[in-house]
Amino acid sequence: MNGAGPVLSGLAALVYAVILAPIIVVVTLAFSADSFILFPPSGYSLRWFQALAAHAPLLSALWLSVQVACVVTLLSLAVGVPAALALAKGEFRGKDALTGFFLAPLLLPTLITGLALLLFFTPMRLTATLPGLVLGHMTVTVPFVIRMMTTALSNLPHDIEAAAATLGATPFRVVRRVTLPLATPGLIACACLSFLLSFDETVISLFISGPRASTLPVEMVRYVEGRTDPLIAALSVVLIVATLIVVVAVERLVGVARAIGK
Amino acid sequence: MTGSRRLPLLLLPAGIFVLAVYVWPTLLLLRNAFNEVGPTGAMVEAWSLKTATETFADGFTIELTLNSLQLSLSATAIALALSYPLSLFLFRTDSRFRGLLAVIAILPMLISGVVRVFGWLAILGDRGLVNTLLQSLGLISAPIKLVFNWTGVTIGLAESIMPYMILALLAGFGQLDRTLEEASRSLGASPLRTFWRVTLPLSLPAIVLAAGLGFVLSMSAYITPKLLGGGRVFVLATEIFEQATTNTNWPVAAVLAIYTLGLLLLLLVVSNLLARGLKR
Repeated sequence: MNGAGPVLSGLAALVYAVILAPIIVVVTLAFSADSFILFPPSGYSLRWFQALAAHAPLLSALWLSVQVACVVTLLSLAVGVPAALALAKGEFRGKDALTGFFLAPLLLPTLITGLALLLFFTPMRLTATLPGLVLGHMTVTVPFVIRMMTTALSNLPHDIEAAAATLGATPFRVVRRVTLPLATPGLIACACLSFLLSFDETVISLFISGPRASTLPVEMVRYVEGRTDPLIAALSVVLIVATLIVVVAVERLVGVARAIGK
Repeated sequence: MTGSRRLPLLLLPAGIFVLAVYVWPTLLLLRNAFNEVGPTGAMVEAWSLKTATETFADGFTIELTLNSLQLSLSATAIALALSYPLSLFLFRTDSRFRGLLAVIAILPMLISGVVRVFGWLAILGDRGLVNTLLQSLGLISAPIKLVFNWTGVTIGLAESIMPYMILALLAGFGQLDRTLEEASRSLGASPLRTFWRVTLPLSLPAIVLAAGLGFVLSMSAYITPKLLGGGRVFVLATEIFEQATTNTNWPVAAVLAIYTLGLLLLLLVVSNLLARGLKR
């Protein structure tokens, strides 16, 4: 038995149609000329992209999301990569337990984390602030960076590092001149995915956003709750294109399936 | 490496972060479950089980639990029925586009949930794809209600958990021994019989793990029930959010959150034990 066979391939094609349907529909709807959600649209235009370019709340939320995602990515790598290095290269007691401790936040649903952060941030007046949103998103991205980079660093060939150490390089020098350059594709992919995770984070943001500062997904949820017109579709096209660029980059660097599934 | 004794020091920043921004808030959440709500709606610091007993005595909590369980069960069943053939296809195909096909299968996971929910609104809405199609075919005269009710939420939720289940199934299929299927076929069994008697039983542990994952994700999903439910679908997740934000009733939100977490933990343990039992 080689290959998938016609029955299985046919079934798979149907499932792909279901998976891709919402995305295709959103992209089509973005070019609609109608004032409400009508599919298929009665005519096509760019009016919703023009409306988007003039919509101040969504644009300022987009800007805030980009800022938050950039800071989150930098800080998560700064905190997560050293930890991953220790977990991948170190040999010390309690390493497995520590690994479990660092990955624990990935087990709790963001619904619970978001609530816990709301209770924590409110007395400290951190809700609806940039530092609050950054710390909130980092509860997702730091464990993610640690998990992805621990795997990436463990899979690096050990002999080059061993050679550098034998030739007299200090451990710090080995890391800086050998380990990190070898891990660069993984690091860039990890940064891209952290950015995406922060940028798309919705539930935690909904808990800790407010009128003073809300991220793009939060503004989108509020918009969809209030009105149904194709404006969000136009914005979605922008987001889908940006996501695809990141996905292609990650796929080229390390492979998406490997990056997400441990 | 001589410096490896100092290597654990690199864990310090991440350790402090997880303790301060994850462990401590989670303990705070536990603590809040023991507080009380005064007659004015203000929170009263206490160490009592009053909020918990009142929440569980409320029939609405039972209703929310049943709603959540039923929704998660239907969404997981639909997602499994769709994910299984797709994963088996990805596992077996020798297409040179296999890599690309795998990426497309898990792509929704990387695209914002709000975007996909909006897509379902356009497909299932009163003037959406499905209703327009059925009306132009003359099958229905008035649009059927497919969103802002349980139908829409179930469909949207099933789609959103599929990528995770596909990844879980693919990981499980890795242990599938192809030679057993080949043996069955060469001994004269039809493809259907081979699937039914060999492939399906062998992949049962993977199915159980994937279903457990899908169920847990459905139970804690908030965006899909909120937006596709249009305020008419009440589950534990939506109630936790409402109590925490709109009502600012933190003790009740905390009690419901811990309760939901307990349910999830129980489900995970059961599905893991079941999968382990099936592997033997």
